[in-house]
Amino acid sequence: MLRLPPLAHAAPDNIGEVVELLTQDGAMLAAGGTDLVPNLKRRQYPEASLIVSLYRVAGMSGVTVGDDGSVRIGALTTLANLAEDDRVPTAVQEAAGVVATPQIRNRGTVGGNLCVDTRCHWLNIPETWRQAAQPCLKTGGEMCWVAPAKKICWAVTSTDLAPVMIALDATVRLVGPDGEREVPVAALYRNDGMDHLVKGPNEVLIEVVVPPSGHLKTGYRKLRRRGSIDFPILGVAAAVRVEDDRCVDARIVLGAVSSAPVRVTDAEERLVAEPLTLELLTEVGELAGSAVKPMSNIDLTSRYRKRMVPVYVRRLLVELTS
Amino acid sequence: MTVLDPHHGIVGRPGPRTDALSQAAGGPLYVDDLAFPGMLHGKLLRSSQAHARIVSIDTSAAEQLPGVQAVLTGADMPVEFGLLPVSQDEQALAIEKVRQVGDPVAAVAADDPDIAQRAIELIDVVYEPLPPITSMEEACEVVDEPIHGEGPKDNRHREVSLEFGDVDEGFDVAYHIREDVFFFQGNNHAALENHGAVALVEDDGRLHVWSSTQVPHYLHRILAKVLELPEGRIRVTASPTGGGFGGKTDVFSHELVTARLALATGRPVKITLTREEVFYTHRGRHPVLMWVRTGFTEDGEITAMWFRSYVDGGAYGSYGAASLLYTGQLQTVTYRIPAYRFQGVRFFTNKPACGAKRGHGTPQPRFALEVHLDKAAEDLGLDPVTIRRRNLVEPFSLTVNHLRITSCGLADCLDAVVSASGFEEKHGRLPAGRGLGLAVGTYLTGAGLPIYFNDMPQSEVMLKVDRGGGVTVFSMAADCGQGSTTMLATIVGEALGIEPSDLAVVTADTDLTPIDLGSYSSRVTFMAGNAALEAAQKLIDLIVVAVADEHDLETDRISLRKGVVLAGDRELPWAEAVRIAEARWGLLVTTGSYTPPKDIRGDYRGAGVGPSPAYSYTACVAEVDCDAETGVVAVRKVWIAHDIGRSINPLLAQGQVEGSVHMALGEVLMEEQAFRGALHDGPSLLDYKIPTVLEMPEVETILVESIDPEGPYGAKEVGQGPLLPVIPAVVNAVYDALGLRIDEIPLRPDKIIFALRDLERHGTNRFGPTDLPPYEFRPPLPVAPPPERQLV
Repeated sequence: MLRLPPLAHAAPDNIGEVVELLTQDGAMLAAGGTDLVPNLKRRQYPEASLIVSLYRVAGMSGVTVGDDGSVRIGALTTLANLAEDDRVPTAVQEAAGVVATPQIRNRGTVGGNLCVDTRCHWLNIPETWRQAAQPCLKTGGEMCWVAPAKKICWAVTSTDLAPVMIALDATVRLVGPDGEREVPVAALYRNDGMDHLVKGPNEVLIEVVVPPSGHLKTGYRKLRRRGSIDFPILGVAAAVRVEDDRCVDARIVLGAVSSAPVRVTDAEERLVAEPLTLELLTEVGELAGSAVKPMSNIDLTSRYRKRMVPVYVRRLLVELTS
Repeated sequence: MTVLDPHHGIVGRPGPRTDALSQAAGGPLYVDDLAFPGMLHGKLLRSSQAHARIVSIDTSAAEQLPGVQAVLTGADMPVEFGLLPVSQDEQALAIEKVRQVGDPVAAVAADDPDIAQRAIELIDVVYEPLPPITSMEEACEVVDEPIHGEGPKDNRHREVSLEFGDVDEGFDVAYHIREDVFFFQGNNHAALENHGAVALVEDDGRLHVWSSTQVPHYLHRILAKVLELPEGRIRVTASPTGGGFGGKTDVFSHELVTARLALATGRPVKITLTREEVFYTHRGRHPVLMWVRTGFTEDGEITAMWFRSYVDGGAYGSYGAASLLYTGQLQTVTYRIPAYRFQGVRFFTNKPACGAKRGHGTPQPRFALEVHLDKAAEDLGLDPVTIRRRNLVEPFSLTVNHLRITSCGLADCLDAVVSASGFEEKHGRLPAGRGLGLAVGTYLTGAGLPIYFNDMPQSEVMLKVDRGGGVTVFSMAADCGQGSTTMLATIVGEALGIEPSDLAVVTADTDLTPIDLGSYSSRVTFMAGNAALEAAQKLIDLIVVAVADEHDLETDRISLRKGVVLAGDRELPWAEAVRIAEARWGLLVTTGSYTPPKDIRGDYRGAGVGPSPAYSYTACVAEVDCDAETGVVAVRKVWIAHDIGRSINPLLAQGQVEGSVHMALGEVLMEEQAFRGALHDGPSLLDYKIPTVLEMPEVETILVESIDPEGPYGAKEVGQGPLLPVIPAVVNAVYDALGLRIDEIPLRPDKIIFALRDLERHGTNRFGPTDLPPYEFRPPLPVAPPPERQLV
């Protein structure tokens, strides 16, 4: 099997010390480690020298529901626990429940999934392979092999939870050397495969706050080759409020179509513009599809994945509005 | 008394493998579990180049790294090898040239795996790149730098061109002629356990090698050849194998290098491969492009068939010379084909070498043939069942290419799945998106000829009885998960009336066990089983004579019943009978051997591939749900009937059938050994898509017992045959569901979506290859069909 590079490991019991250690060169944060460890084994982080693990920090896991119906989810809450927690919105349960495999969900965390590194088939591949192919932009080379014309990394956002959290208007609490700040999940990501998180490398995502959502119907649908283990090659999250025959409020967010989740506002606007019909939902799906341009750098072809956007959006909306 | 009929209720009784509990509890020591004091860790440096000349290799920095104990290059192991005598084209470590990414170039042994890893990174190899050949089209061109040998020449490896009977006349009399082109993508075995080997020098100076291998005997031979040591100085032990599927039937660089490193350092050495290395080591299913033309009478009877295979072999010969012939030989074993022309060519390309995988060379043509037949049935206004029934071979007959068919339960298998699935009521009548498909198949029960030419038995078994009555079975058969050890215990147990769990079975060790050629070609139950039965019969004879003499009875008054020997009216405990026999004969050891009949093959070049002492038969119906918007094919249920001859252990047989279904579904739906240039497209089990348990449908397994006259207790194979019809059954079901003819596999959803779009826009309902490589076959060698086609 592939072996980890030589690494030091620290597991402080308080967040202050975690933040302090993360200021060191080569420090990397680990929660469940389910994505970090294979990436390290493939030598995707040549600068990594110290793993700072969160597992001893108390009070970072669990779900609490406020009087107003808002939900606070500790960053170390496991995906398995979240998937089984009926107090969180349906879409959150659905997204958490389709990450990877049962074993990985037992170990993988909410914070880890929200921060999971972007993926690309030129990147998530053993070092020997990358050396034979010449390194790409993200692995220290000069060019992106997906689209060599521009010096842009197209690695794909692969979190299942982020599209859902954006659709729910959730925020995250980050703790760093300068104290704490709140960032909307929608503002947590940038469309840059090299550097997709607005969170600084020495900031720790400690909690997700989901505002009251009792009035919304929410859902998440994931496209992948197999019923388990695979990362999303398309994720569709939606949160809608239906009154009589109309959708009066709509959020539709796509995952795994670019380096950051994409909120498809044209599609949302169309959805609330007219009474609900199958034709309208079809049109909304097509608008969502035309808003994105997946690249051929993860499983299956970009053409196919683009064609699936309208299908997945429409199917989810049909379920949520019927 | 004889053992021909099972009467102890042991054969035919369903039950778990004798080591099931230990396997489930993590008991067996796989090769990577082995550790010895002072053991070193080896690592191979592999080529980053697809095709290049090695200008220089500088190992000095690696040698100076503290903790490095040995560094090897090709010059240290120059003897060429290969599994087939006709393909001695491999080197343990590349000399002069690399032919694929992943070719081993140098090796180190170090105190720990991290030092070994750093050491290979310090080896400096200078390559002079050569133009890579990555497609069969390119391989047809004459080039200055062929992959093997001296240019200018093309990159063909082997060609075959045979004609049995008058094919042109068969087409002349045909009412209908149909032609199709198919492509079967290559795929890997993806055994759970990666390959690995451990070697050490024993106290007596002999080399001992453990390997996760299906073929300890061939490893033994090739170790002796490459290390230039007498076989007597080497002991090979096959470790418990975490899945083989043919992927461990070759002999590999890492096995030879581990041994050489142990000799060089005098210390134990272990090498285990990473998953990426396994994908580059490969020896998996060949990608095959196929063209088939068949003539039919108005009633759908085949008048002639012309089949052409274009086989992408990768960088080495491996089993390829045989694989190529297998793409043409077994078409005649399910259907009566009065005239048959087969032409095939295997090319070298700068990709990982293909070899043997479950079904070896026959799933590709079986896919083509069964889909082709469904299309022809539609042309002729027949249904898929009728066209097959009209062409089924007869039991005890000879095929046009001189293969001997004995027991054949194909018609029963076909009836069984058609009836169980309700095929005739449902086919063509299910709602849009749902469909049913049918196919049949056949497979060898052991290759009739050994890999290397010899007249000796293919399998030998020894039984030893101790004074307490304990019986030990010795056989080199390597249990690669299929349950061959349990099979041996069951067959011997049935003969002697001893519970299999009370027998000891010693296997797969060249010091301890007599020859079995290996766990490939579905040969072990038939061949080792027959050898075991012969040894058991001889043991019974010794006991019967001794007991008869002791009690002054005729031998026909002596018989074995469970745990006792009946002597006239007396009932002797087994242990007492054994003591009487040992007192009479001395050490109670008996042996049995199995050699396939010699008259089961034709007399033409290529006739060595295809003959088998018996063929298994399978029929399959698959029901699918196809999502016309996403292109996703979900298999709802599989009905599969398999003619196993006799089921030695129905539970293990069912396991083999279900495992075959899983593997077949992977091949038809998603698995591909695909490349980006000459690099593997995704050398991990995350990126190489293989079905999870969630993709596995309900499987209804029906075992058909045709009681083969030559099989042990009538048994035939079950390890490979059931894979074959599943693939075309699913493809035919997709046609029933969507009206799409997908002529290449895997049936990826994107292919289905774009085929559906073409159907909508242009009315064309086919997705698949059209062009053939620009290769001119030599004129076929005419072979007269056997004069009598029916055996008595």
